[in-house]
Amino acid sequence: MTVLHAGVAQGPVLLLDEPLSFWGAFDPRSGTIIDIHHPQKGQSLKGKILMMLESRGSGSAPGGLAEAIRLGTAPAGIILVQPDINLAIGAAVAETLYGKACPVLAVTTPEFQELSKSAYLHISHDGRVGPSLDDA
Amino acid sequence: MADSRAHQLALQLVEQAARIMGAPRLIPISFAHVDACFYTGQSHVDFVKFLLEHGAKLSVPAWTNNSVASPDDGGLRPERSDPEMVRGAHELMELYAKLGCKPTWTCAPYQLAGGPKFGDHIAVGESNAVAFYNSAVGARTNKYGDYLDVACAITGLAPFAGLHTDEGRMADIHFSCASIPDAWKRQDIFFHLLGHVVGRKAGRRIPAISGVPKETSTDQLKALCAASAASGGVELLHVVGVTPEAPTLNTVFRIGETYEVTTDHLKAAHRELSAFNDGPLDAVALGTPHFSLSEFAELVKLLNGRKVKTTTYISTSRGIREMLIAKGWLKDLQDAGVTIPVDVCTYYLPKIQGLKGRVMTNAAKWAYYAPGMLGVEVCFGSLKECVESAVFGAVWRDPDLWSNP
Repeated sequence: MTVLHAGVAQGPVLLLDEPLSFWGAFDPRSGTIIDIHHPQKGQSLKGKILMMLESRGSGSAPGGLAEAIRLGTAPAGIILVQPDINLAIGAAVAETLYGKACPVLAVTTPEFQELSKSAYLHISHDGRVGPSLDDA
Repeated sequence: MADSRAHQLALQLVEQAARIMGAPRLIPISFAHVDACFYTGQSHVDFVKFLLEHGAKLSVPAWTNNSVASPDDGGLRPERSDPEMVRGAHELMELYAKLGCKPTWTCAPYQLAGGPKFGDHIAVGESNAVAFYNSAVGARTNKYGDYLDVACAITGLAPFAGLHTDEGRMADIHFSCASIPDAWKRQDIFFHLLGHVVGRKAGRRIPAISGVPKETSTDQLKALCAASAASGGVELLHVVGVTPEAPTLNTVFRIGETYEVTTDHLKAAHRELSAFNDGPLDAVALGTPHFSLSEFAELVKLLNGRKVKTTTYISTSRGIREMLIAKGWLKDLQDAGVTIPVDVCTYYLPKIQGLKGRVMTNAAKWAYYAPGMLGVEVCFGSLKECVESAVFGAVWRDPDLWSNP
């Protein structure tokens, strides 16, 4: 487990079947997936612990996440397997500007599989994750 | 001010990226091309305002990417088309100029004098510029997303990892064009279609491409870089005998897969980028990435004093427009009915007037993005086909071109 951007969060798990780009495929104004090619189009990310193996690359992704955090439509936290700089930077900038945290973590594939079985997850500031406060 | 709050934030972001990339240290850069000046939301405005209010100073020359709007042409994307976005775009342009960026507003900064040179470490965000600077110029940059690009420009530092290192620049997939007839390789569409094929197959790997003519031009490299960055995410490619780091295949490629590019691959790419091949046209859109002076020279020759019947947009930078004025071509083109937007591109929202329905382009990158972004149908063709079609007001196919059986 690697903390890409630290923070405390909890929420229901949303496991994505495919990677998502935070720019073009996601609308920060509504907090929903808008990419017509994404199998979970229309799903809201707001308040969720978002789990996806990787993020789809776009240089504008940091702004998409930061804007969602500003508007309160962002996921509560993000758990990836592939470390992603864009989401870490977007979360870091939003925290500086708006004082709101959205932790971003990278975990191993087995850890990801185990965590994705949970309906609800807690993330602690040092990056521990689990279904209850004790685990996190 | 190295101890300002803005500088601290910038350094924090660069160090955070370095940690994630596993970079052992930061290295000085000499140039940045900033993409965070492209408005995607209020947070972009808040970020640069925060920097300005907390003492930010640029450490290196920083040029700006395209904007959503152009102060020179308020009618192009009028405020009513998306008030938040257009107003935000104008504000963002003012703020980045205030930060000290050179207001180039172009996705093709490599067409302007005074940019980075071979071996320079730089920080660039725009995908086609990342690929062109790495590949054609031999400068070194990773693809730095929004905010991190500005942070690199303020600190004058970048993480020493990836494409900044010698070993990170070796190719891991080889594309051979040996079986493609030479006549095909002399056409401009070859490089757009090859780029599309290479990007699709390579994804984010580093391609080495062999069997491409030595006399390949910078405009052709621009097309190759832009198309492969769009369809795949290529940040560096080597063209053997053409780009500066690849005098021979062995210099840049030792182990990995070799992929034989065939005429069928190129024809399939052409079909993929073209939703239709004949009939009426609503518009022609050229200049993605921004049209160069040499491309305008070719266009003026092809147009040969005729007027266009179809709405025709050719995007370029204000820098190249200055050169068009000096040559007397701007007025000629305007008299021919051509619109030449600066500072922006045409494939994203809010929609530019007239760009609807059936649109023809010579740019693989435009053909790749516009159907999803604008909901248009795209016909891909050579520059000559686009010009003739604009003049006739309907799709014209070149009987001498290999893509037309």
